[in-house]
Amino acid sequence: MDAFLPLFLQQLINGLSLGAIYALIAIGYTMVYGIIGMINFAHGEIYMIGAYVGLITLTAIGAASGLPPWMLVAAALVVAVIVTSSYGWAVERCAYRSLRNSPRLVPLISAIGMSIFFQNYVVVLHTSRDLPVPDLITGHLFSVDIGGFEVSMSNSRALILFATVVLMAAVTLYIRHARMGRACRACSQDIQMAGLLGIDVNKVISFTFVLGAFLAAIGGVLIGLSINKINPFIGFLAGIKAFTAAVLGGIGSIPGAMLGGALLGLVETFASAFLPTEYKDIVSFGLLIVILLIRPSGLLGRPEVEKV
Amino acid sequence: MKLQKTVVAAALAVGMMLVGGSALAADGTIKVAVASAITGPVAQYGDMHRAGIHMAVEQANAAGGVLGKKIELVEMDDACEPKQSPAVANKVVSEKIKFVLGHVCSGAFKPAAQIYDENDILMISSSATSDDLSTYGYKTFFRTIGKDSQQGPAAADYIINKIKPKKLAIIHDKQTYGQGVATQVKNTVEKHGMKPVMFEGINKGDTDFSALITKMKQAGVDFVYYGGYHPELIILLRQARDQNLGARWMGPEGAAVSDVKGESAEGLLVTLPPDFSKDPSNAKIVEAFKAKKQDASGVFVMTSYAAAQVLMEAIKGAQSEDPKKVAAYMHKNKFKTVLGDVEFTPEGDWATARFDIFVWHKDASKTLAP
Repeated sequence: MDAFLPLFLQQLINGLSLGAIYALIAIGYTMVYGIIGMINFAHGEIYMIGAYVGLITLTAIGAASGLPPWMLVAAALVVAVIVTSSYGWAVERCAYRSLRNSPRLVPLISAIGMSIFFQNYVVVLHTSRDLPVPDLITGHLFSVDIGGFEVSMSNSRALILFATVVLMAAVTLYIRHARMGRACRACSQDIQMAGLLGIDVNKVISFTFVLGAFLAAIGGVLIGLSINKINPFIGFLAGIKAFTAAVLGGIGSIPGAMLGGALLGLVETFASAFLPTEYKDIVSFGLLIVILLIRPSGLLGRPEVEKV
Repeated sequence: MKLQKTVVAAALAVGMMLVGGSALAADGTIKVAVASAITGPVAQYGDMHRAGIHMAVEQANAAGGVLGKKIELVEMDDACEPKQSPAVANKVVSEKIKFVLGHVCSGAFKPAAQIYDENDILMISSSATSDDLSTYGYKTFFRTIGKDSQQGPAAADYIINKIKPKKLAIIHDKQTYGQGVATQVKNTVEKHGMKPVMFEGINKGDTDFSALITKMKQAGVDFVYYGGYHPELIILLRQARDQNLGARWMGPEGAAVSDVKGESAEGLLVTLPPDFSKDPSNAKIVEAFKAKKQDASGVFVMTSYAAAQVLMEAIKGAQSEDPKKVAAYMHKNKFKTVLGDVEFTPEGDWATARFDIFVWHKDASKTLAP
């Protein structure tokens, strides 16, 4: 099969850029779980809100402003990140903080409530229709002919991949070296002890929600620019997929979320490349079950040790 | 606790008042439900549907109404979701409305149609093309649009005779409508000895089809037929352009909405009912749409106008508001509408429906395909 290599490369590009978005959202799930041991089910909606804030910013500045596209994109990203982070903070304040000592099911329900609230709130403000996002990132980063098959990567996909790699590296370094990062790690090991040692636990928890929202907002803006339309329901599917990625990689582990996102994107892509497209979700969720059977805490997750 | 009870009681009371309010109909009107898609990803279909119906009814009401009564439109929203449409149908039944214009989407219409049939409610869809709908023997079912077994083969004939692609791929969205019409295309081209290299379904709501595009590119596909609605098609077109697939695309009438635009939409082929807004005898009505800043050439605008026309004419002709009598009258008579003379088959289909092939352009305009 002489045409295998270029085809493989093209599907690798497709899969990694799909997985990059999953990974960006998955970080939010995994960090919140790592610290308070709960799933933030409103996180998919945060991503959707990020996409909307980005679009609103683009519309407000407008194509008529004459700014170059990269500046428009940068402005959309900055505004989306700021506004969406405050939503992330609000989710924690409303749905989690007041319920922190309740049974674990309670904040779960309140988060689902927040999720439904956000979805409907956006529907009310912007209707439930698809809104077109301007096509700002056009052209290809490269397009090369390998053995008669043209392997190409569009700039919008390249940007997704590039942004994800940079953000992942930044998050990893921050968690490893910065003061707040160290506090996060301390809290994830033992939140009570961290509190006793003078770490402001509330601040750390707020920070994880904000950081998750920060990354999800970037994902939302970039996907809007890449597929040129958004609607209030995009958060649901993306949230489920990213949650799957987080579980696959080992929920609670940041490298796990990255690995899980990339893996899920690649599996979905290669499943639809070599099997009829209908089978892609069967394969990817089948794989999830198999991995959880072999490693119940995910690929990079540490097995739960019962604390006494 | 006490406060909460009071709040609940107050909420209940308000709710009851709302229910009670809507049940009190003015005596001098004939109520007609407009079962449309006001929300949801394909709300654009609903816009065209309601524009056509409202125009026809406003004009008729201004001219004195039907049987001396005004037509009162009651708008309902199923968002083109099969999960929501039975609720709409039940509401129609409970409000004792006897006539329905809609539903818009085949998949959503199916479960609702059964409820209308059980309650002898007359239904006229001006956009649902699935063949299944007229196979259940519903006596009160009608439509003023063609069927997928007409547009599928029309598309297939065009593909075979005019396009003559080397490698044809057929993609669909696994929904009643999309898969239905895609299967029709597949069966027809296969009958003529052309074997599609690919026949695959995608997930509604998905946003990444790049793997599929790469697969098509590898297979050397030079023509793609997509059976489905426009939201997924827009992304498919965009991602095909991203990878320079270089194939030409074709879709059914659900692909022909103004959201499908831009470079990647240029040259898309669509099967549509003939453009009745170009018919000189409809010039006045087209002007009326223009005055309301609506586009009469939208795919479902004229068919929906005609559906309302037929309904009102039939009530007049039957001299009755009994849906069974009106349905019997519709089966027996010919109606003069903006679509020309409309007659119905015993199954309720438009007897002389046909589809033309149009080329879609980047500004969302269309021209008749050569």
